Order: sequence, then C-alpha cells, then structure tokens
Amino acid sequence: MTTRMFGEPIARLEDPRLVGGHGRYLDDLGPQALAAAFVRSPHAHARIADIDAAEALEVPGLAAIYTYEDLDGRVAEPLPLLIPHPDLHAPRTAYPLANGVVRHVGEPVVMVVAGDRYLAEDACERIRVAYDPLPPVVGIQAAVRAEHAVHDDVPDNVAAHMVQEVGDARAAIAAAPHRLELDLEIERSASMPLEGKGVYARWDAADRSLRVYSSTQTSTSVRFALAAKLEVPVDRVEVVAPDVGGGFGVKIVHPWPEEVLVPWAAMRLGREVKWVEDRREHFVSSAHERGQRHKVRVGFDDDGRLLGLEVEFLHDNGAYTPYGIIVPIITSTQLLGPYKPGAYRVEFRSLYSNTVTVTPYRGAGRPQGAFAMERTMDAIAGHLGRDRAEVREVNLIRPEEMPYDHRLVFQDGRPLIYDSGDYPTSLQKLKKLVGWDEFEAYREQALAEGRRVGIGLACYVEGTGVGPYEGAHVRVETNGKVVVATGLTTQGQGHETVFAQVAAEELGVPVADVSVVTGDTRRFKYAVGTFASRAAVMSGNAVALAARKVRAKALRIAGEALEVDPGDLEVVDGVIRVRGVPDAEIPLKTVAVLANPLRYAFDEEARRATQFAVGGGVERPPVADEDEPGLEATDYYSPLRSTFANGVHAAVVETDPETAEVRILRYCVLHDCGRLINPRIVEGQIHGGVAQGVGGALYERIVYDENGQLLNASFMDFLMPYASEVPKVETDHLETPSPLNPLGVKGAGEAGVIPGAAVLASAISDAEGFFVDRMPISPSELWELRGRHARKGDG
Amino acid sequence: MEPLHETRLLVNGVPHTVRVPARRLLADCLRHDLGLTGTHVGCEHGVCGACTVLVDGQPMRSCLLFTVSVEGAEITTTEGCRAADGGLGPVQRAFLECHGLQCGFCTPGFVTTITAYLREHPDPSEQDAREAIGGNLCRCTGYQNIVASVLRAAELLRSESREGAR
Repeated sequence: MTTRMFGEPIARLEDPRLVGGHGRYLDDLGPQALAAAFVRSPHAHARIADIDAAEALEVPGLAAIYTYEDLDGRVAEPLPLLIPHPDLHAPRTAYPLANGVVRHVGEPVVMVVAGDRYLAEDACERIRVAYDPLPPVVGIQAAVRAEHAVHDDVPDNVAAHMVQEVGDARAAIAAAPHRLELDLEIERSASMPLEGKGVYARWDAADRSLRVYSSTQTSTSVRFALAAKLEVPVDRVEVVAPDVGGGFGVKIVHPWPEEVLVPWAAMRLGREVKWVEDRREHFVSSAHERGQRHKVRVGFDDDGRLLGLEVEFLHDNGAYTPYGIIVPIITSTQLLGPYKPGAYRVEFRSLYSNTVTVTPYRGAGRPQGAFAMERTMDAIAGHLGRDRAEVREVNLIRPEEMPYDHRLVFQDGRPLIYDSGDYPTSLQKLKKLVGWDEFEAYREQALAEGRRVGIGLACYVEGTGVGPYEGAHVRVETNGKVVVATGLTTQGQGHETVFAQVAAEELGVPVADVSVVTGDTRRFKYAVGTFASRAAVMSGNAVALAARKVRAKALRIAGEALEVDPGDLEVVDGVIRVRGVPDAEIPLKTVAVLANPLRYAFDEEARRATQFAVGGGVERPPVADEDEPGLEATDYYSPLRSTFANGVHAAVVETDPETAEVRILRYCVLHDCGRLINPRIVEGQIHGGVAQGVGGALYERIVYDENGQLLNASFMDFLMPYASEVPKVETDHLETPSPLNPLGVKGAGEAGVIPGAAVLASAISDAEGFFVDRMPISPSELWELRGRHARKGDG
Repeated sequence: MEPLHETRLLVNGVPHTVRVPARRLLADCLRHDLGLTGTHVGCEHGVCGACTVLVDGQPMRSCLLFTVSVEGAEITTTEGCRAADGGLGPVQRAFLECHGLQCGFCTPGFVTTITAYLREHPDPSEQDAREAIGGNLCRCTGYQNIVASVLRAAELLRSESREGAR
C-alpha cells in the first residue's frame, strides 16, 4: 500500500522556500516598477475645498499626480458593494479617491506615482489639500444619537436593520420562571497581518493585457472586478496572489481603492506601478472589526434551560459598507453556539460612523456572538447558583438531534442547519483536559498562598466551508509529477501541503511528487476565495473530486494497456498494478503519455504515444467522443450548505491583587473540525487563533478620540501579543466527520479566536467575584471595576 | 537630485559597494538595491522585528538603520543563515521541522534573532527560548511552535558542534 497521506502531520512543502528567505511576497516583485503613494485625509469628516499640487511638481522622478477629477470611466464610480442584502437598505461605498467629501481619517485623496517610494512620499508632502471640516460621528452612541450624519442622505446613520425570530421569544421570556437582562460590549480590533496590502500592475500595451499581483485573499474575484472597472476584457486580465504575509479577513475585501488605481495608473502611464501599504496606512485605511453592543434578555427554568432569548445589538460598520452586513448576520446566527435557545429573536442595526470601514476579521462576528451567549450562560449559572458547565450541559443540542435546524437564515443565504457534532462529548473532554471538577481544590490552595485565581469556559459552533463553490484541476505529467491548481488563495494556511496530501491520497502517488498552485488566475480561473474557514472544505473536496476523475481515467487507460478490468487495478506509489499479479503493472507516467495520442514526439516518453507506436484498434478514433486528451481533470465542489465545526475552550487565570494584571496560567482547547487532513497544521491554526483571541481579550483595541483620530495607529500603541503574552496552548481533538462532503472535513481557520473574549471574561469574573460585561479588559479597567464593586459592596 | 554616498557593506560574506542617498534605510537597500528580499518590513518603526538582520553579529532592526550608518559592517540576513553547503541552516531546519511558521512573513526576523541568540546561549530552557523571541511579533503561530523551533535549533547546533569536534 501507498503510505497514507491524508491525516498525517507531515512537514509543510512550502517551508523550504519560506524559511530560506526565498518567498515571493508582493514587495519582492517588480523592483523596477514606479512607486505609488497616497495623500490621505487627516480629518474624520470634511469637505475638500481645494487641492494644490504645484509644489509637488518639482520633485525629481515624479510621474503623475491624480485626484478624483482625473478618474475616468467606471473608475470614477463608487467601488462595488460586494454583498448586497435586502436588509442593507442604505449601502454606501467609497470612491477610489475621495469625491469632494472624506468620511474617515486615512481615506485616499490624491495618488502620486514616482520613481521610488521615497520620492512619491516627498511629493505627497508637498501637496496642499484644504478641508472644510464637518462634524464627525464617532462611536456607537454618537451614531445612534444621529445628531450628525456620516452620509447626508442617511440621516439616522442606519445602514441596515435586520430581524430574525423563531417562536415568540418575548412571550417565552415573560412566561419564564427566571429572567435576566444583560448589556454586553466588545470593542474594535483589527486583523493586522504582518504584511500589509499591496498591488503591482504590469500593462502590456501592445498585447492589451494586464497582469496584476495583489496581496489578496481572492485573486479570481479581483480579476473580474478589475476587468469590469477598467473595462478590459476579462481574458486580458490575469491576477496573481503571490506569497501573502497573512490576511485574517482584511484581504478578502476587494477591490480596494489602490487595487483599482494602481493598474489604472499603469495603463495610463504605460509603466509598471507598485504600491505597498505601510503600517500606518494599514491602520487608517484598510479595515477593522468587532465593535458591537448587545442587549440580551433571557428567560430560563430552574435548571438553567433556555426558554426564550432575545438579543438586540448595534454594529458599528464604519464609514462604508463594501462587504455588506456579513459580520452582524454571523453574530446574529452563530451566537446560538451549541445550544437550543428556546424561542429566539435577534435584531440588529448596522450604523455608519466616521471611522475606518468594518469588514470581517478572523471570527467575523462570532467572537462577539460567543461573548454574548457565553456571558449569558455564566449569568444564568450565577443567578441559579449552579455550576457553569452544568448549565451549558442542559442546553446542548444532543448528537441524536443532528442534523439540527435552527430555522434561521445563515450568512450564505441558506438555512442554519448544523450537520454534525457531539457537543456533550466535546464539553466532557474539555472539562477533563482542564480539570474542571478539581479546580475548587486548586483555588483553595492558591488562596492559601494569597493568590487569586479563576477558571472560565466557553463553547462555540462555527459554520465553515460556505459556498458557493471551489474547483480544482489535477494533471499527471508525463514525468509522473502531479500538478494541482485551485483558484482560492493562501495566506499561510499550508494549502500547498494539505491539497497535495489530498491529491496524493486519492491518486496513490508520493506526496513529494505533487505540487500545488493557488490564487493564480492563469492556472485556475473560477474560485471564490479564502475566508470563512472554507479552503480545506471547499478546495480540499474539489481536489479530491478532480483527483478521483483522474484516477478513474488512469485505471481505464491502464486497463486497456494491460488488458484487464480496471476494477482489478490499484495504484501504489505512482504505479498501476493488477491486484495479486506481480509484474503486471504500468507506471502512472506512462499512462499520462498514452492519455495524449501524439503525432509528434518531443522526447523519449512522447515517442510511446505517437501514431505508429500505440497499438489498439483502428475501428474507433484515438480520442473517444466522451474523452479528452491528457491525464487530467477539473471538478468542482459546491455544498448544499455550510458544515459546522465546534469546540470548547477553558482558561485558568491569576489576577494580581495589587496591579490587576491578568496572567493566563492555562489555556485548554477542545476542537472538532471533522476529519483532519494534517493535524499539525490544524493545531497551528488553533494556536494562532488563540493568540488573537487572547490579544482581543486583554490587549488589542482600536482607540478613536471624539474627533475621529485613531490614537494608536502603530505597533507601539496597538498591543498585539508577543511570545510573553501567549500562554502554552493545550489541545485535544474530537473528529466528528461532516456528512456533507466527500472528505468529511470541516473548517479550522477561525475556531481558535472565537471564544477568546468569552472564556477570559468568564475566568476573570470567576477570579474576581464580579461580572465582566465588556471586553477587552486592561489592568487599569479591572482595577477600576474592583473599586466600583467594592463601593457597591460597602453600600 | 539627492547626493549619493558610496557605502561598503559585507553582506552574507559578499562585499558590496552601493551608492545611496543618506536617508536610504538598510532594509530598503538590502531588499531593493541588493535584491535580498528575504528581509521583510512589517511595521517600519522597529516594533515587529521582521526586518531584523545581524550587524557585526548583533541583531538590529534594518528599518531603523540608515545604510550609510553601517558603512563597513558585516551584515547577515536570513539568506545568510543557510548551512555551509547551501542547504537550510539549523534554525531554518528547526522552523521547518517544528511548523514554526505559517505565512512566513515574520520568519526571517526570527531566524536572524535566534541565530544570534543561540551563539551565546547554546542550551536554552523553554522559558529562555520564549524570552529570546520576546521582541518579535508573529500574527499566525501564537509562538507555540516558534518556541519549539528555538529548542530544536539549539539541539541541531549542539549536535553539529559535537560532530565538528569529532
């Protein structure tokens, strides 16, 4: 048998290139390209009175200066609304360069192209833009009050309003024996990949074709968007995502202003143009997420069983809505986690503010949802004086209730039906891993040493692998190498490895013989993108399906060559053999030669496929009606709906009695994403997610002042965790296969981050003895909370 | 035009003479003038550590150094952290073996930092390893496997030096 490849924790195939310093990231390309830089708004809200570029014209090496007035054709129109929704009644998107009004600090106003970035920025500094400031709307409170509007024609600042209800939640709550009401808030954070965005464009004027490299999570969709914007036939546009230095959601948005303007400028100038986002630009002009305020009303019985749940929340979408209302839709549906809510009503408003646009950041609304739900579970346990795990346990959907239909509409417009999962076992395994039942003894012991410790837990369910589809092309070369191409992109998830594992397993070839290309429209034109923990599910299955087609074709051709029934054949290490008959075999590479009947030989292998070399009957054509030349196939995977992964996290924290510093002593993860293609890579995804969860709970927040100035737009001030802040992550797995796809896999990309704020709020509350209702929490905030609760206690 | 300054650098053992403006950052010089794109720029203000290179053996942030200020210095980038035979160096191998990277953008700064650290601390504990990488940001890995990579690299280096002594 061929060594099993699916499920093995093999080392990554992309790593020799990346660790050796030979990755090809966006700014590693096009050393000869002109550089673009942008003059960006210093105001949160202002009218542009005048732009004076006279002084900039003296900068040596200047190639062009563009303002909105210079834009033409569809480039002068607003950027696309990527995901329209009937409840998004007032969508607004930005222009590539501000058209008269700026609506957040960082909005691009003028584009400069020069010999290099130093010179381009010299020119930017010499451009004088006069602004008439307008009153800014900053924060959810101000947006709701609507004393001022972000968009003149949206006076209430409400972009979207959505309600979903199953049963009569208000009546169920009113009739319940116990009721609670909670206000829960999560602040803004951001994806913050180590590599910012970047675009590099090459226009071939003679060929009238455009190649664009972009640090994006979706090259295929950028291609279609650019073809439409620039009015170039789509077949004349190629978009390549090179090595991408992290995405975490922010790079799924497209086309960014710069993504349109850089190729547009390259076409006008007939020169290669490149723009590489600097860190400050990334802070003030890409995207943020997470800022939401939730009001939860819940009714429950004596055991803590939910009878009715009503959630109303406000979502700050920033200045524009290019990505629609995906984030609040996800919160409103994924908030339910592994629980049966009884009757459920959810209502949200998505609000404009004069801040950077909000689009998905890893977790995409789920961390807020998990925070709202899990804090509610803890509040119920506190109210009833019951164990927090026990209250969760009574509310869990049981495995025998799968598939479980919540009767809601999910983010893909399809029903929210959980496909599989064993939530009680997940919870049991996590309790065992963290030692939930033994914690009181530890708490006593710690207290005796004068230490204050607490434990928390949080569950989540994550809809992964949303459609509509992904595809893959698998080809066996005449040298026996296998080349796989899929259209979605890679930002560090190890797709070159896991898709190679899938193809190797399906075809029966060594994984070292398989190479994978992602995110290159020259190689695969149809795809959606890498987001929503969908790559392994979508492209993983597409690769499997395409490889199965190739295998079937190989067996058919080999069967003819060996004069046996294809059903008697097996493929082992790249050789097709007749089961149980030694020496009756033919290498896959020879089958690849035979699969392409030739007239002309170009090498020794090819000679075997030429017309006087092949045998076979002359009564049928060399390529049969239903057949195509080549040992290759394309197939697509398009799921009926999403598949749902789940997990439970627990954390043990110690809070300093003097400084209120929070130290995470233990962090435990139970994770179920169905069958694992590569456990080591899944584990890595969890680690990274947990680090971002810890960051979002204790350190990271985007801080705006009342004027809409972003106060912490640097890595000095926006605190992302270093190694010293991330605890050791202890993991355990459960593998409940998905019945929805051939491989039985579920997505794993976002899971680690989802319950971070919820689990740490739970643990801190447990250590401190009061309820934390807002995250992130800093030591000074915790210290103030202590004071407030002590005073309340005195009173 | 800006005046250019002739500056000599010994980069990964190869002598170079570049003519650069006084404000040319070392990171840009290495990446764009010498084509050594293994060094990455993550924040441009010395916080993330992705651009770390060794200047006369010491880890320094090449986004905070002017090229002209390191005239005559010996610079080692991640490309220079390879083994003598041109294969991956011990720190790079350790990252590969331990899944110490995901997107790989921050990795060059870790490789150079750890290379310098292990020269002076051949046998770190797990806690030491964590502190050694405490000045570099990674957004993908949660550092779990980078800590493991430091320990594995130390092991590889120790076994190399044992073999060398034999």
